Amino acid sequence: MELTPEEQTILGGGRGEAARRALDYQIEVGKFWGAQRFVPVSNVHMMGDIEVMGDAGLEYLRAEAERGARCAVGTTTNARCMDFAHCERMGQDPVEAGKERELIATLRRMDVVTTDTCINYQTVYQPHLGEHVAWGDTGTVIYANSVFGARSNFESGPAALAAALTGRTPEYGFHLDVHRQGTFSVELAAKLDDLADWGAVGKIVGEAHQNYYAVPVFHGYRRTPTADELKHLGAALASYGSMGMFHFVGVTPEAPAVLPGEKIAISEQRIRSIYEGCSLGDGDARLVVFSGPQQSLFEMKKLASLFQGRTVKSGSTCVVTTNSAVLRQSRDLGYAKTLEDAGVTILEGVCFYILQNLSPMREKNRWTNMVSNSAKIVNIIGAHRFNTILRRTADCVEIACSGILE
Amino acid sequence: MTSITVQRAYGPVVEGEALLSEEGFSPRYDLDRWSGLITKPGHRLEGTSIVDKICFFPTAKGGIAAGWAFYDIKWKKIAPKAFIFGVTNPVMVQGAIFAGIPITEGWSRHPREWLKTGDWVRVDPARKVIERLKEAAR
Repeated sequence: MELTPEEQTILGGGRGEAARRALDYQIEVGKFWGAQRFVPVSNVHMMGDIEVMGDAGLEYLRAEAERGARCAVGTTTNARCMDFAHCERMGQDPVEAGKERELIATLRRMDVVTTDTCINYQTVYQPHLGEHVAWGDTGTVIYANSVFGARSNFESGPAALAAALTGRTPEYGFHLDVHRQGTFSVELAAKLDDLADWGAVGKIVGEAHQNYYAVPVFHGYRRTPTADELKHLGAALASYGSMGMFHFVGVTPEAPAVLPGEKIAISEQRIRSIYEGCSLGDGDARLVVFSGPQQSLFEMKKLASLFQGRTVKSGSTCVVTTNSAVLRQSRDLGYAKTLEDAGVTILEGVCFYILQNLSPMREKNRWTNMVSNSAKIVNIIGAHRFNTILRRTADCVEIACSGILE
Repeated sequence: MTSITVQRAYGPVVEGEALLSEEGFSPRYDLDRWSGLITKPGHRLEGTSIVDKICFFPTAKGGIAAGWAFYDIKWKKIAPKAFIFGVTNPVMVQGAIFAGIPITEGWSRHPREWLKTGDWVRVDPARKVIERLKEAAR
């Protein structure tokens, strides 16, 4: 790779041992993908918590902090695995909670801003067209590339941390124009009036085109989609298809004038078939989850209106996850109180599917099914052996309050 | 001797027993990160250990969390010796390089045409070559 004088300084140890090691690692990643050079990044979003990192990852962080690791650009953290206020009641391990606290403190020593959110693009930082960033999780990356026209690859925890320390990332994948072109077209002929419908589109398109470099171009839709709708679409495309970018004619900044390649259409019937295709398992309706991604303020508002004056069925659990900023505003606006009065558990700074101890939690509560309006979480929680059921938002609320699954 | 070339590769030369999979892989979705066994119900290799194997997977699955998982399993001494992917993604590569596990992408010939699980192979990332040194006993 070609290195600038500044990069040579870093590699020579001029910005400390932690930055030198980080750049050394990034060069190996860049060489693998044939990157010619680095691009500077202005923002980093990283996944790092005790559930994903384990003891080895924590040990690594400790050592890097000792070596003087400090972020060179604004760096935030993704959703984590514990809300300390709810740990005990959720049956999470106190020893792991202690490690999680140390992990957070270590990241802060490195100057990481621990926002603990997977909706940074809605609440923390909105990059502009052409801006290079280094983000993970996948839902944040596809939103940055598609809706903002910013440029990021899927940057896993170690890679994002390295970008934070050096302020750059190897130029491959979605940093290059060549990979940002649409590769096939999808006509949206369905109404899509619930967030779950948008996730269903992501499932249909993603499952059929599993490829990081497949870039769908959506068109034919007769209304302007909201940020939350695009969020559920993107999160599902990334989850089911491992995709990092989409275009939406009339909506996203890099959408093409000419529709590319293979053309498919998504009808009302096709969306309905996704709901009908979910096995109801043994009929257990005792777990309903609104998470993956965390809820925006408008999602909280909608849930509060649906739960107003109702109560979660005795013996059932309904979990909502969001970040601290949205939760604070939801408290001020009364949405949180309405939800909590209805018996909903609101978890802050976490995502349901990465909760520490989730499998034992499932066994202890004898949960077999999980119902959600998020197509993403319905897909990725499978490793914890839940049977998952996608339903529209109002139907999820009805299931939570009635305990009946149909 | 039978061999193939790969498109992209990282890591030192390693030798070991081949493990062929007809299904893709994620260390988060498919693997028990305490035993090194593939435990995802219904995975084609369910019940099989990847520890110290040279693993041939057609595709990579999973999201960002996979990045820390390779380092975790290497630290627990239950990592494979190498990952030989047909098609992979940035997260797998970032994770494997971080953990120091050799990883390659792209096959000049499909492994099932020249290799069986249990054959002894050598991975030479610098030369972008994978060679079969010895066939498994039948």
